[in-house]
Amino acid sequence: MDYALQQLVNGLTLGMIYGLIAIGYTMVYGIIGMINFAHGDIFMVGAFVSLIGFLLLGLAGISFVPLALVLVLVFAMGFTALWGYTVERIAYRPLRGSFRLAPLISAIGMSIFLQNFVQVTQGARVKPMEPLVTGGLVLRSTGSIEVTISWMQILIIVTTLVMLTVFTLLIARTSLGRAMRACEQDRRMAALLGIDTDRTISLTFVIGAALAAVAGLMYLLYYGVIDFYIGFIAGIKAFTAAVLGGIGSLPGAVLGALLIGLIETFWSAYLSVQYKDVAAFSILAITLIFLPSGLLGRNEVEKV
Amino acid sequence: MMRHEAAVGARAATRTGQAGHILRDAVLAALVALGLGAPLLGLQTVPAERGLTVIPRPGLLFGAIACVFVGRLALGAFMARRAGRAALATPAPRFRLVPPGFAPTLGKAAGLALLLFALALPFIPGAGRYEIDLATLVLTYVMLGWGLNIVVGLAGLLDLGYVAFYAVGAYGYALMAKYFDIGFWAALPLTGLLAAAWGIILGFPVLRLRGDYLAIVTLAFGEIIRVVLLNWVSLTGGPNGLSGIPRPTFFGLPFSMAGGPGTFAGFFGLEPSPLHRVIFLYYLILALALLTNLVTIRLRQHPIGRAWEALREDEIAARSLGLSVVAVKLTAFATGAMFGGFAGAFFATRQGFISPESFTFIESALILAIVVLGGMGSQLGVATAAIVMIGGFELFRDLEEFRMLVFGLAMVAIMVWRPRGLVATREPSVALKERRGVAAAHVGEGRG
Repeated sequence: MDYALQQLVNGLTLGMIYGLIAIGYTMVYGIIGMINFAHGDIFMVGAFVSLIGFLLLGLAGISFVPLALVLVLVFAMGFTALWGYTVERIAYRPLRGSFRLAPLISAIGMSIFLQNFVQVTQGARVKPMEPLVTGGLVLRSTGSIEVTISWMQILIIVTTLVMLTVFTLLIARTSLGRAMRACEQDRRMAALLGIDTDRTISLTFVIGAALAAVAGLMYLLYYGVIDFYIGFIAGIKAFTAAVLGGIGSLPGAVLGALLIGLIETFWSAYLSVQYKDVAAFSILAITLIFLPSGLLGRNEVEKV
Repeated sequence: MMRHEAAVGARAATRTGQAGHILRDAVLAALVALGLGAPLLGLQTVPAERGLTVIPRPGLLFGAIACVFVGRLALGAFMARRAGRAALATPAPRFRLVPPGFAPTLGKAAGLALLLFALALPFIPGAGRYEIDLATLVLTYVMLGWGLNIVVGLAGLLDLGYVAFYAVGAYGYALMAKYFDIGFWAALPLTGLLAAAWGIILGFPVLRLRGDYLAIVTLAFGEIIRVVLLNWVSLTGGPNGLSGIPRPTFFGLPFSMAGGPGTFAGFFGLEPSPLHRVIFLYYLILALALLTNLVTIRLRQHPIGRAWEALREDEIAARSLGLSVVAVKLTAFATGAMFGGFAGAFFATRQGFISPESFTFIESALILAIVVLGGMGSQLGVATAAIVMIGGFELFRDLEEFRMLVFGLAMVAIMVWRPRGLVATREPSVALKERRGVAAAHVGEGRG
């Protein structure tokens, strides 16, 4: 029981990280109907930029942890967002109106490029980072087993929730969010009504990349090691989350991500660690086959 | 006179305005490059005594920025010149028809030349072991490309997990040889069947999915197969792979350095040489690849091939005409998978050792890139693309990471520049009266 409770805490934390990535997938899919295959690698870039940010702060002698966190958060979001913008500008925008699979293939190329770019510039070895935040709260303690939630996990959950709130408000309340929703419904009509659709799409990528950077930072803090390859698997899992929740739906993405995080954690805890990726991939396949519109998605009616 | 001067002045003004625009774009691009590169290029994480530290690399960063600036400038100038020329020229006709008969003749001649070259290659003076080995590798990818071409190019189903069937073929043969002592020639058709069966098993549940969803699910299946191969240690040897896979025989005659009556060299009265097996493997894959090609070409004439192409062009129309979409898609999946299985069996017997490392997603992406670069549907294009791609990889084999970097960029560039690949015409397989190749850019794309 206590073991399960501990897994619940761990699973929620993992799910939060996936959720931040999944939002990028779901927003981009919602607005231009493409799978941004390189999004997982944008997350990886975010993790590397965060690592470099921490190292720079270390050199600058800033050791007050909350300040360092905030600075690195801003640093990583800024630089990663620029990557997101550039990827869209170079690899996707010229392909708008091209045949359906062209952007996907282009995105795969971008994904390979980003992985190898980071590998070439930063080396192939895993990058360790010392834990920044240690200790935690003991939730329950019965005999030998303690159920703890570390400060790190609390930090991750709280940051994610704050980010989610901010971006949900952004989409629900601001004119940018309205433009995004309009583009999602009907891009041509939105353009006729004077919305700069290219700019809106760019901003969607920028927001997605910024959230992926937050996820990268959280991943770095939580696991303490990163390498250039983390984006591929994390990206597929986040995509699975977005599909499970109903692609195009923001709350769906978060819900799906929490489920994926929980399933993966419990699967590793009770069944087999080696096959944990198989679990995520199988969920993806099963969802797409039996529940293509996801848990909170709308049913798409195809018109001829 | 006055008017003429004014016109010249206006043109000069637009030209300066244009130059200003180009310069502004280049400066912006350089600024973006600065932002992109500042953390990742400009700083390098290196191990320190405690954890990591960063060291600056300003030279690399500013070099990259300069490259981007100059590149953007050149691109801007090129685009402006092209736009200027296009404005002067008469507008191009909306539908460009490839002159009837011209492109096919050229393609046929090139294909024939390539085929003759491939047949003669082992006997060309200067072709040693290295060259033949490289040619064998290229042909393996030509075959994989042609196999995937059936799925992607003809049926229009984007399969990102094609390497799974390659793995099924390779492991299928290795396990058959290990546990049942089945020779290569008996195993070859079985691996094809096995892979085709897997194609149907994996294909069946996903056929309802739209193009990009299908792509992701096939990717997931490919990864599942790889993870299973990696972790099912008792059967597959896990990360250590399977070794000691029997080498092929010349219809029962083994290639052996010992010579003697029972071996290839002894039977034909030749001096035993390690080159015999290399050459034999080369012709084996050439024959397998040509078989793939032949079957594809024949199937295109066959109703099922026409159904594939119909499905690719417009799924809804194909369905309305009474085609069973499931059956059509499944045959495409199974046929493509079968050739992947053949290629896998060949790979296993050639290497004598296989491990899950050979069947990663990158491999699928490489095969897909060959098909896409080749023009999705063009047999000659796929072969050319395989030669360019694998040859290019071989040229830069010492620069392992850089070549993947360039590979990724090339995939993007091809999509942006020529989304239809190098050989971008779609020749209809059947035509009423006259055969006309329509430039692929004008062919509508169905939802698929």
